[in-house]
Amino acid sequence: MSGEAEVWWLDEHREISLRELIEVSGLREAELLELVHCGAIQAHGQPEAGYRFSAHVVTVARTACRLRDDFELDTRGLSVALRLLERVHSLEEEIGRLRAELPR
Amino acid sequence: MKYADYYAALGVERGASADEIRKAYRRLAQKYHPDVSKEPGAEAKFKEVAEAYQTLKDPEKRAAYDALGSRPQGEEFRPPPEWARQHAGAGAGASQFSFDEADFADLFSRFGARGGAQHGTRHGALSGEDFEVPVEISIEDAFRGTTLSLSLSLPEYDATGHMRRVPHTVKARVAPGAVDGQRLRLPGKGGKGMHGGRDGDLYLDISLKPHRLYRATGHDLFLDLPLSPWEAALGATVEIPTLSGPVSLKVPAGTSASKKLRLAGRGLPKPRGGAGDLIAITQVVVPDDLSEAELALFRQLADQSDFNPRRHFAAEDA
Repeated sequence: MSGEAEVWWLDEHREISLRELIEVSGLREAELLELVHCGAIQAHGQPEAGYRFSAHVVTVARTACRLRDDFELDTRGLSVALRLLERVHSLEEEIGRLRAELPR
Repeated sequence: MKYADYYAALGVERGASADEIRKAYRRLAQKYHPDVSKEPGAEAKFKEVAEAYQTLKDPEKRAAYDALGSRPQGEEFRPPPEWARQHAGAGAGASQFSFDEADFADLFSRFGARGGAQHGTRHGALSGEDFEVPVEISIEDAFRGTTLSLSLSLPEYDATGHMRRVPHTVKARVAPGAVDGQRLRLPGKGGKGMHGGRDGDLYLDISLKPHRLYRATGHDLFLDLPLSPWEAALGATVEIPTLSGPVSLKVPAGTSASKKLRLAGRGLPKPRGGAGDLIAITQVVVPDDLSEAELALFRQLADQSDFNPRRHFAAEDA
């Protein structure tokens, strides 16, 4: 195969629509909207004008889809799991930073 | 292909009920699911468990699996022709199905909706499978940017629905500025879609290799800066290795150990401009072997100095 693949950075600099997030995550629209309403997935804008999402949310939404399929979780269970995972990631980042500051 | 003992993977008897299989899967999923488990090898173990459950939870797939008989885990084998006719797609198509190009799990993937991350069956269209690949790059590559060349074996389906694995090489340019944990999406570079479904995506999960000098956290880099006692006491200008070449750093007089000296903008670049910092953490290092002359000088210093670094120990009692 020749040529280089298109690369999306899944970070806060790229925005995607609700439709795109549904397509790449595998979640259903109703599930995504409920996770937004619960605060487990952050959205920008108002529902009437169409939500927009930072691309880093793709990772969260895909995790939600895996958890839904692999643990047969409903949206409320997903919301709790995502919030706990977010806390774990944030604590891991903090530990990583503290470790980086320690001399070898 | 190698036989996989799905009952052993789930830790159940061959005659286990559907409920027993579901309970065994749930217990193992909680232990090994890569999103929640930090156990070593959890991802590979969960893949085994999920593969077993995908087949054993479905009565049609389980019957096809059972029809292969019981064999030792990992034994090399080919499904008998009659099994292929009965279970792998009846008729002429079965004879075209190449078992050499399929994994064991592929035998059962064509019953009903396929597994993995496929979704979207609008008007019969089936999206291609998404794949996630961990990629480790050096801190230097994160700084300069790099082009990855990924060798993948992706499933492809012919017009009759028969699957074979096809080697692919995907090249992707990672621009400067990736950090540990950065995710990248390569649209359409996953499994092929079927019946007009979109091709799946390839996701790269970037991690940074440990570096002999730097420890990265986000876009910042930490570096141990050893100083001699006299450099720490008197101050010094020292050369610091940065990713863009050496720079001079002025160490102020009276610098103790564990001080952070920040070189702004000398860390990893940010994708949209700017850069993290390089933070040098001072260490005061005493030579292992001191010469007689050095010992004499230190003794002279000890005699003349009234510095007490432990004065605060007594402060509470005062």
